[in-house]
Amino acid sequence: MSFENLYWSDIFAALSQTLAMVGGALSLTVLLGLPLGILLYLTGRQQIFSQPFAYGGLSFVLNIIRSVPFIIMLIVLMPVTVIVTGTSLGIRGVIFPLVIGTAPFFARLVETALREVDRGIIEASQAMGASTAQTIFRAVLPEALPSLLAAVTVTAIVLVDYTAMSGAIGGGGLGDLAIRYGYHRFQTEIMLVCVVILIVFVQLIQAAGNRLVSHFSRK
Amino acid sequence: MITLENIRKDFPGKTGAITALDGINLSIARGEIFGIIGSSGAGKSTLVRLINLLERPTGGEVIVDGEPVTSFKGQPLRDLRRKIGMVFQHFNLLSARTVFGNVAYPLELTGEYGRIEIAAKVETLLARVGLKDHAQKYPRQLSGGQKQRVGIARALACEPDVLLCDEATSALDPQTTGSVLELLQQINRDLGVTIVLITHEMDIVRRTCDRVAVLDHGRVVESGPVTQVFLHPQHEATLKLVREAEPDGGLLGNIAAVGASGRTVRLTFLGETARKPLLGRIARENGADYQILAGRVGNIRDTPYAQFTVSLSGTDVAGAIAGLRSGGVTVEVHGDDVVEHSSVTPLPALQRGGGLRHVV
Repeated sequence: MSFENLYWSDIFAALSQTLAMVGGALSLTVLLGLPLGILLYLTGRQQIFSQPFAYGGLSFVLNIIRSVPFIIMLIVLMPVTVIVTGTSLGIRGVIFPLVIGTAPFFARLVETALREVDRGIIEASQAMGASTAQTIFRAVLPEALPSLLAAVTVTAIVLVDYTAMSGAIGGGGLGDLAIRYGYHRFQTEIMLVCVVILIVFVQLIQAAGNRLVSHFSRK
Repeated sequence: MITLENIRKDFPGKTGAITALDGINLSIARGEIFGIIGSSGAGKSTLVRLINLLERPTGGEVIVDGEPVTSFKGQPLRDLRRKIGMVFQHFNLLSARTVFGNVAYPLELTGEYGRIEIAAKVETLLARVGLKDHAQKYPRQLSGGQKQRVGIARALACEPDVLLCDEATSALDPQTTGSVLELLQQINRDLGVTIVLITHEMDIVRRTCDRVAVLDHGRVVESGPVTQVFLHPQHEATLKLVREAEPDGGLLGNIAAVGASGRTVRLTFLGETARKPLLGRIARENGADYQILAGRVGNIRDTPYAQFTVSLSGTDVAGAIAGLRSGGVTVEVHGDDVVEHSSVTPLPALQRGGGLRHVV
C-alpha cells in the first residue's frame, strides 16, 4: 500500500462536494422536515389540534418513505429528480433524493422532541391568552431547542452516510471517490483515506452538535 | 365576579363517560379570596380550569363579570384569559427564558406593548414579588419558592381581575408556603385582585381564605365563610379535611378515656370573644367545673378563634351555658351526658338530634 501517488486534489474536490451535499440537503431537510414534524405533533393524539385521520395519513406516508432503503430510493426517484432539478447526476441531482430520504426521519425526531415539552408549559401559555401559533413558536419550539439541535446533528450524520451511498449512482463526493478508485481500481489507500476523512467529519459534526445542545440547555 | 351555574363535566373513559363535576353552583365575589378544597380526585383542578375555559364544561354556564363566557372562542377567549391570571402547582415556567423573559412573555403575547414598556412593567412586577435581583437568572437556578414568585409575577403581568391558584403551594416546604400565601394576601389587599385558591389542605384555607367551598366526588358538599365551615363542619368530607389539619389528626380518643360525668359541650370563641377570659369567670360565677376534653386555638385569616370541647359539671351548668352564650360564645350542647364512641377508632361524626354534631 502506498500513499505517494494519491490524488489529493481529487480528494479535496470530493470532500468539498460532500460538504456541499450535506450542507444543502441538511438545510432543505430542516426546512421541509420541521413543518412536517410540527404538523405531526399538533395533530397527534391528545395534542393541541388532535386530528386522528390527518395524523394517521401523514404518519403512514412518512413510514412508507422511511421503509424504502435509501439506495433503492435513489434509483426509484431518478425520473422525479430529473423533473425537479434537471439532472440526476452530481450534487444537483443528489440533493433532491437526499432531502426526500431524510426529511421524514427528521420530522419524526422533531415530533418526539416537541412531545417532550412539558404539557404544563403549553397549558400555562394558553392560560395567558396565547394563540396556538404563539404557543408553538414562542413556547414549545424554544423549549424544545436543545432536542431539536440534537435531531439536526443526528440527521446530518445520516446525511453523510447517504451522500457516500449516492456516490454509487454518480452523486459525487467522498463516497463516489472511494468506490471509483478504491473499489473499481483496487486503490485501497484512496478508500482508506476517504473513510478516515468521513470518520473525522462525523466526529466533528457530533462534537459541534453536542456543544450547541449544551449551550442552549437551560434545564 | 365569577358564577358557575349548574356546571357538569364528563370525560370520555374506556367504559363510558366519567363524571368529574356534577351540578356545580358557585358564586365568587369580587375582591375575596375564595378557597376550593377537596381531597385528590374531587375535581378541584378541573373546576378551576373551567373558569378560564382550559376545560370546556359538558353542561352549565360559566359567567365572568356578568357575561356568559362558556361559548367564547378565538380572540374573545384570549382576551378573557388575559384578565384571569393562573398560578400552577409545578410553576410551568419557560425553562428557555430568564425570569425577566418569563414575566415578559404574557405581555409580548398581547402585541400591545413596546420593549421599553415591557421592561418597565416587568421590573415593577419583579419588585412586587421580591425578585428584583434575579431578573437575568434562569428558572433552574431558582428555589421552588422563587419559581412560584415568578409564576405569580407572570400571572399578574396583564393586570388581571382574578388570580386562579391551582395548588400553588403544594410543591413548597411549609416556610415557603407561608411566604407565598402572605404574598397572595398582599396582592389581594393591594390590587383588589379576586383570588380563587385550590388546595387539599384545610390549613391553607384557614390562613388565607374568606370563603370556601368543599368539593367531594364532583359536588359542592358545603360552602360558606371559612369561620363557619372550619369551626362547624357539617359534611363528612369537610370533617375529614378539618381533622387532617389538626396536630394529632383529630383523633379524640381521650374523650372516651375521661369518662366525663358532666355535660359535654363545644364552645366556640370567635373574634373578640376569643381574647376574653370568659370560660374561667363564668365557671366560677356559676359554681361549675370544666374539664377540657379537646381544643384548638388559632386564627382564621386575621380572626382569632378558640374552640374547646369541655365537660361541664357542678351546681349550675345551665347557668354557665347561658352565661357563655350571653358572652358571645357559641355553645353546642351534646344531647347526652357522656359522649359514646369507640375509644380505638377515629371518632365518627356525633350525630344526635339538636346537639353537638361533630367533634373536631
